[in-house]
Amino acid sequence: MSVLSPQSGPDLKNRSSSRFADPMFRWLVTIAGTTVLIVLALMVVRTVQEAWPILQHEGFFGFLFGTEWQAGYSRNEITGTYGAWPFIYGTIVTAVVGIIIALPLALAVALYLTQLAPSRLRNPLSYTVEMLAAVPSIIFGMWGFFWLMPNVLRPYVLEPLERAFGWFFLFEGPVYGTSYLSAGIILAIMILPIMTAIFREVFAVNSIDQQYAAYGLGATRFEVMRKVILPSSFSGIVGGTMLGLGRALGETVAVLFLVGGAQTLSTSLAQPGNTMAAHIANTFQDASPETVKGLMAIGVALFIVTMTINVLARLLVWRLGRMTGDSAV
Amino acid sequence: MSTQLATRSTPTGHRSLRDRQGNAPRRTRFNTFSTGVLTIAMAIAMVPLFLIIGYVAYRGYGVIGWDFFTQNEPPYRREGGGYAAGFFGTLYIMLLSIAMAVPLGIATAIYLVEYGTGRFALVIRFFTDVMTGIPSIFVGLFVYGLLVSGWVTWGFGTFVAAVAIAIIMLPIVTRAAEEMLKLVPDEWRNASFGLGAGKAQTILRTVLPAAAPGITTGVMLAIARGIGETAPLILTALGASWIVTSLQGDPQGAVPLQIYDGARQAFEAGIERAFGGALSLFGLVLIMVVGARLIGARANKRKG
Repeated sequence: MSVLSPQSGPDLKNRSSSRFADPMFRWLVTIAGTTVLIVLALMVVRTVQEAWPILQHEGFFGFLFGTEWQAGYSRNEITGTYGAWPFIYGTIVTAVVGIIIALPLALAVALYLTQLAPSRLRNPLSYTVEMLAAVPSIIFGMWGFFWLMPNVLRPYVLEPLERAFGWFFLFEGPVYGTSYLSAGIILAIMILPIMTAIFREVFAVNSIDQQYAAYGLGATRFEVMRKVILPSSFSGIVGGTMLGLGRALGETVAVLFLVGGAQTLSTSLAQPGNTMAAHIANTFQDASPETVKGLMAIGVALFIVTMTINVLARLLVWRLGRMTGDSAV
Repeated sequence: MSTQLATRSTPTGHRSLRDRQGNAPRRTRFNTFSTGVLTIAMAIAMVPLFLIIGYVAYRGYGVIGWDFFTQNEPPYRREGGGYAAGFFGTLYIMLLSIAMAVPLGIATAIYLVEYGTGRFALVIRFFTDVMTGIPSIFVGLFVYGLLVSGWVTWGFGTFVAAVAIAIIMLPIVTRAAEEMLKLVPDEWRNASFGLGAGKAQTILRTVLPAAAPGITTGVMLAIARGIGETAPLILTALGASWIVTSLQGDPQGAVPLQIYDGARQAFEAGIERAFGGALSLFGLVLIMVVGARLIGARANKRKG
């Protein structure tokens, strides 16, 4: 048995060099924590400042609802016309199409994964769905443009719709392939994993007692899902849908490949159009300083919309605990 | 209905428990039907991933070879050559952005878990969550307006691109690290305090090593996300098809940017190269994601 030599007293005291370690560390991490807020504040200030001349020139509502976008090429004054409505309209339409397709699918998948899947398959299946979230946007775009559109969308979706409902303004032809509908479908695939992940978490915190009670009363599995799980998860479902909507609104490259980049506004879903994010990415590379200001203004509008939706969605979801959908960032 | 009940009653005159109600077959059928629908939906949801992997591999594998990683891209219409510039640029940008996002993210998580109390920490937590939903193109616009040609005019380059990617990675790292730090039991902290360690020492020597595997998982997922981002790079790196070593001031290339440019040209050779780039990018992302899962699963098993 060895005996440790007794430590002499002063060693227990903080020596001068390390005495400041704790407070300094505290300051360091506090500053790091504040960075998020600083970055967000800078984002707002900086982009609004850059976009200000355009908003002033067009007026706030003139900018939002103007239908003509004619970029100017001046260095220091505003000479063009900037009406962002065609892009705002395209953004809303594609995102809504995406949500309409993705919502029932995500609900069904989340229900299957939490209620029906054999426990051995549960993890592999959910990994497979969530792996979709890891696919880079540009790969979605290329796959959508070079495979999905010519092989599936054109022959089996767009053209039949146009033949059957061509008289209806929503499906008016001619069919080019790139269209609001194509972009919406690719968006649906892209937001499926995040919505599924959130719904799965929402269903998982659903009161198990209520479910057992319903089974005890003789409910079938479908009735438990329909009458117990879905109603009591309502706010979580709304929150998850809004998170998906936020993603869909801001998605850039994949949409850029499939929406067609037309600068005109078309009411038909089968016609090419443009979205805010896609227009920014598409025009930036050969934009004049004035055009960049116009793009900044679009960016600000996009930011305000996505930010509002995200904040509302997080508030809805946070009430149930901290749903993160982490597995599908 | 009532006659049916009367005939199936027990000797005491009560309804038998074995008696199925009139709508029972319908309910059973509906249940079976819904099970079928949900299973089909599950199958449908899995299809796109395999289609994407299959198609990208099919179009891309012929292009990938030694040359693809070591040579620069010729004009779009000419065959051969590769994405050396893009791979170098992506590596360069990612190293810089990891160096920015990971320490900052972990420090933020330490603040939230070990120090943060009250409203301020709640606000930071909330906006970290919200930040994951900011459109990546907007991050690009912001960095452009702040660093490229705005408050400071550094021009396009590697560093500003890395800043944009770091902003996208930051909330992912922060949240993963926060969750993992929370899982470290308080007893470990108390034991460390009991041995005379200060708070900083406890966090750096006890809490962080314990949470390291989980944090690694989060960092790898963040890298997987950052490496494929295209939109912010269009506005900050701009793109180059030769190797750029300067830290700032010259447009830098990246794999997603080269794919983006190649795929939008009408030349078959450029498109084929773009698919080669897509396949290698996809491979990198999958390695990151699967690796992250494996590390995460092992860490969980050890704990359990």
